[in-house]
Amino acid sequence: MSERRTVTVEVNGERRSGSVEPRTTLADFLRDELGLTGTHLGCEHGVCGACTVLLDGRSVRSCLMLAVQADGCSLRTVEGLAAEGGELHPVQEAFSAEHGLQCGFCTPGFLMATLELLSESPQPSEEQIRSHLSGNLCRCTGYHHIVKAVLRAAETMRGDVAASRA
Amino acid sequence: MKPAPFEYVAARSLDEALAALADAGEGGKVLAGGQSLVPLLALRLARPDVLVDVNQVAGLDRVVVDDHRLVIGALARHRAVELDEQVRRAFPLVSAAAAKIGHVAIRNRGTVGGSVAHADPAAEWPALLLALDGEVEVASPRGRRVVSAGDLYAGYLTTTLEVDEVVCEVRATLPEGRTGTSFLELARREGDFAIVGVAAVLAIEGDEVRHCRLALSGVGSTPVRARGAEELLAGAAADDAAIAAAAREVVEEIDPPGDIHGSADYRRKVAGVLVRRALSAARDEIGRMVA
Amino acid sequence: MTEPGTANARAARRVPIESVRPHQFVGQRLRRKEDARLVSGKGRYLADLVVPGMRHAAVLRSPVPHGRIAAFDASEALALDGVDAVFTGRDLLGKVGPFVEGGRLEISPVFLDKVGPEVKPHAMPVLAAEDVHFVGQPVAVVVAASRYLAEDALELIRVDYEELPVVTDPEAALAPGAPVLHGHLGDNVAAHFVVESGDVDAELDRAPHVYRGRFEVGRQASNAMEPRGVLATSDDGTGDLTVWCTSARPHLVRTFLSEMLGIPLDRIRVISPDMGGSFGTGVFSEDFLIPFVARELGRPVRWVEDRSENLLVTRHGRDQVHLVEVGYDDDGRILALKDRFLVDAGAYNQYAITVSYNAAAHARNQFDIPAVRLEGLNVLTNKAPVAPVRGAGRPEVTFMMDRVVDIVAHETGIDPVECRRRNLVRPEQMPYHAGIPYRDGVDIVYDRADFPAQLSQLCDLVDYAAFRKEQAEARREGRRLGIGFSSYMEGSGFGPHEGAVVRVDTNGHVTVYTGANAHGQGLATTLAQVCADQLGVTPEDVTVRMGDTSFIPYGIGTFASRSAVTAGTATGVAAGLVREKALAIAAELLEVSSSDLELEEGTVRVRGTPSREVSLGDVARAAAPGPRSRLPAGMEPVLEAEHYYVPPSVTWSSGTHAAVVEVDEETGFVRVLRYLTVDDCGQMLNPTIVEGQVHGGVALGLGEALTEEVIYDATGQPLTGTYMDYLLPTTAETPPITVAHQVCPSEVNPFGIKGCGEGGAVGPPAAIANAIVDALRPLDVRISRVPIRPERLLELIEVAKAGSAHDGGVGALEDGGAGSRS
Repeated sequence: MSERRTVTVEVNGERRSGSVEPRTTLADFLRDELGLTGTHLGCEHGVCGACTVLLDGRSVRSCLMLAVQADGCSLRTVEGLAAEGGELHPVQEAFSAEHGLQCGFCTPGFLMATLELLSESPQPSEEQIRSHLSGNLCRCTGYHHIVKAVLRAAETMRGDVAASRA
Repeated sequence: MKPAPFEYVAARSLDEALAALADAGEGGKVLAGGQSLVPLLALRLARPDVLVDVNQVAGLDRVVVDDHRLVIGALARHRAVELDEQVRRAFPLVSAAAAKIGHVAIRNRGTVGGSVAHADPAAEWPALLLALDGEVEVASPRGRRVVSAGDLYAGYLTTTLEVDEVVCEVRATLPEGRTGTSFLELARREGDFAIVGVAAVLAIEGDEVRHCRLALSGVGSTPVRARGAEELLAGAAADDAAIAAAAREVVEEIDPPGDIHGSADYRRKVAGVLVRRALSAARDEIGRMVA
Repeated sequence: MTEPGTANARAARRVPIESVRPHQFVGQRLRRKEDARLVSGKGRYLADLVVPGMRHAAVLRSPVPHGRIAAFDASEALALDGVDAVFTGRDLLGKVGPFVEGGRLEISPVFLDKVGPEVKPHAMPVLAAEDVHFVGQPVAVVVAASRYLAEDALELIRVDYEELPVVTDPEAALAPGAPVLHGHLGDNVAAHFVVESGDVDAELDRAPHVYRGRFEVGRQASNAMEPRGVLATSDDGTGDLTVWCTSARPHLVRTFLSEMLGIPLDRIRVISPDMGGSFGTGVFSEDFLIPFVARELGRPVRWVEDRSENLLVTRHGRDQVHLVEVGYDDDGRILALKDRFLVDAGAYNQYAITVSYNAAAHARNQFDIPAVRLEGLNVLTNKAPVAPVRGAGRPEVTFMMDRVVDIVAHETGIDPVECRRRNLVRPEQMPYHAGIPYRDGVDIVYDRADFPAQLSQLCDLVDYAAFRKEQAEARREGRRLGIGFSSYMEGSGFGPHEGAVVRVDTNGHVTVYTGANAHGQGLATTLAQVCADQLGVTPEDVTVRMGDTSFIPYGIGTFASRSAVTAGTATGVAAGLVREKALAIAAELLEVSSSDLELEEGTVRVRGTPSREVSLGDVARAAAPGPRSRLPAGMEPVLEAEHYYVPPSVTWSSGTHAAVVEVDEETGFVRVLRYLTVDDCGQMLNPTIVEGQVHGGVALGLGEALTEEVIYDATGQPLTGTYMDYLLPTTAETPPITVAHQVCPSEVNPFGIKGCGEGGAVGPPAAIANAIVDALRPLDVRISRVPIRPERLLELIEVAKAGSAHDGGVGALEDGGAGSRS
């Protein structure tokens, strides 16, 4: 049996540690050790995207990484999206405004993937959105309102950037 | 769906990784991007005793384009290759193929070396390497050696590498002169492993094919080079008839497996279609260069 | 306590439509109350729940499709550090009753009288003790300190099986000499019924043409994104049981738990936390196994299935074969429909005739067919049990019927839209009597609707004429575009009842408690809209709580497009009763007649004298028991009302769908370019939510049409155990979906609501199949099976090409779909 190891990460701006077996996935570490249950497990074999988090700014499947591999890394999860006062991030706000979620189970993964997309492409086409999000499965929405939500979030965020520059 | 226990070694240098692998013997396994290995661990289809994580090994992630040569460190992520501007200009089929690997989150993490070594016959990199006269440099406690792509693949998910060997670098070349390329896949959904994939490289001199490389994924236990079709095309006019003949030849020369996504018969048929389309696209690319 | 739904309750609870207040919030596109929590990672799904001292379970499942357990050895597993216990089927004998038929509770005595189905009950053990009948059947459970350890232990359990003969095909299962799954049933027929209207044989004799064909719909799995789970705790002292489970039907789970574990109903509390979808209904072994284990061990136990288990056993649906004879004339009018169909029920037919009779009840679709005869059989095979999955019989039979209409159009040379129009029930025929009863035993009478107008609206939306031009131009460029249509009926708002308790607290805040249980449908928002209108408050004043058996004595749950209709009506009526009570109490407070009062936005005012007012909170305080109570004489305290709505029968929603596709003739690949719908779900509570329901249904139907199938090999081994093999549509395969509405309010309930949860999933198989056929004209490609896999379509194209070269198309029929014309 392998030894437990201490893993320390910066998650949503906060330093957090926990002790895990090497086989523990990053997703289980976030959920069970750190109590960040907003990251969901839908398939545990890397297809559904529900467990998507940002690792050093890039989207990864937290079910396809071992917690020990994230030691020393910076992570962002759905819990870290809203502002401190609770004001929703434009991406969260847009998903709600456009009815881009129903049961909400896949939603954290979609939000994180969207965040990455919009950081790379502030003005994505519908085709780009559909391609970038094709690694996240949703069974409720038929994706139509999700795509609208991403377009809306992009618009808001461009507006925010413009406003902050002005 | 949780992995069975294993020992874990985070190697900080290639030497550390090699030493750990040598110690582990048959029970050792390299963990690179993990995008194929970790699902197999979760499904308990892979049962290594020791995982040697090479992600922290420095200097193995370069992506260099040098004229007709492409050099990629084993730890370069697919996404880095996909977005590399130089690669896009000099090796557009590599960009196109990289963009078809899984989804963005998979490509952010998955590595070129890992994919090459995992030897999935439906994956993109093995077929690409065959079409691009590729080779890999591998390291072991005995030193380094170079293995050509043609000699690398032994069977389904199996390479000719020894258990203590690690892929360090992947290299590929394009023929000089007027060269067109294409990478096409037929997959049930975006990001799925292809039922059939085709990497085509075509060099034309005058109206004649000077050089042709055709490699297919999904049509064998390893990636497959369509040598018969290549020979048929070499020296032939680059016209529709020759391309169609080459496509027919591919249908004859492959012996694909079947699964729930496509029977052997279906794979054979669509391989022909894809080869024809890929060769036509490669030729048209050359046409556009001239124009 | 008598369960609502009896004849007495039915008579007593009729709501006059005039008493309904006009809609103000109903019909508005209000943003969902659920969202802020869910987009912030603050949803609480089953796997998020942790109870002190909780242990983790994993279930050992049969790897063989049919066998007898010969030996069982768990000693190595038990020796593993951190493993608490292993239970087998034998450990449950005498302690856990068998699970018999979820569907039996829903068959009404009236239906039994009228249709007289043969239903052969057979119990499914919670853990198999002797025989196993499908791959994935639970045979043991491990409890350990973590899920990782529990899975380690599973690998150490040794079970020897004596393998038995296997049957995986329902037609083979009916053949003489086939292995019989449950010996005491005599054969593999688990249920059978015949229902008819008109003289089918005479009409078929008279018909100038008869089409005979066969249609198949593959097995689809529900695939809620959240895997199922159960967490149970048993109170040491009292023995009271608390069970959290991902069930759309917590009250039903409680009923079965009470029966199977022998615990009084009111000592069991079943809670459904946030649920990551459902897309079907079901009660599963683990719902009883985990509570049992928690009681035995005296500590909380949680089990969460993984996706492989989910794909093995969780809510498989469809899997039907239809053998049809259709009489029609030269004008494309369908004169008779005879359909004998098999539902491959898998190894245990747990839902009686729910799915098969649903298919029968919806076979007629929107069409006026003089004579129909429908014969349904639920057949047992060595596969996972089939449950109702979104649509539950409707997509299957709609695929058959809409393909038939398309084939008749082709045979008679009539445009497919025109042929469809000619067969539609016309507005002047309404109310249209289908001539057979619904599953509740009540004769089917179509609700208010205008099908020709619906079709016209869709044709305008698609711009049918413009599409034909676009198609012709594309054809010249070598691209094959096609358009296909489908229409459907959706009996929705199935009973037998749903209740709501509406209560106002002393701050004037309103809470609705209901037995419906949303998992994505937005009931927390839509029921608040209904309540706000009928009570006289705003939706912000209303909290909707559900998914807990302690909230309300009886509940049915959310499935079958029922909750907006049933819980919506119950909420509206209860809210109206609270309003009446509030006005009566306010009349005491303000010393006026209640008829002079109005209640708006939470304030009761004297009409014409706005300065004289009391808040709803004031009224609630006056309604509280005690010395400060200001209740009128004889009135019970607490400002609340409870209402169980017992629908007289279902409402009839309908819709028409169009798919535009492009087909790659050389590979058999299909791309859906556009998808358009016109649906009628009556009075919409929230159009945005309705549209979301349609979108999601369409995507599920698209998967069913093209990529999704649970596949078993001939030996009974499932081949689709991961998401690499079971292919859900992604953003890239799902087209933009245009949804338009036709609003014909229901006459069945006072608020005019019809259900909308399933319709989206019903149309796509037929619409997409018809579009593919259209794209490939003039080739006569006949699609008679979904999903339409590229390989299969390419074969059909090749056969059609060969056929058109030789004999004009007789060879153009699909291998699995031997059709013929006479």
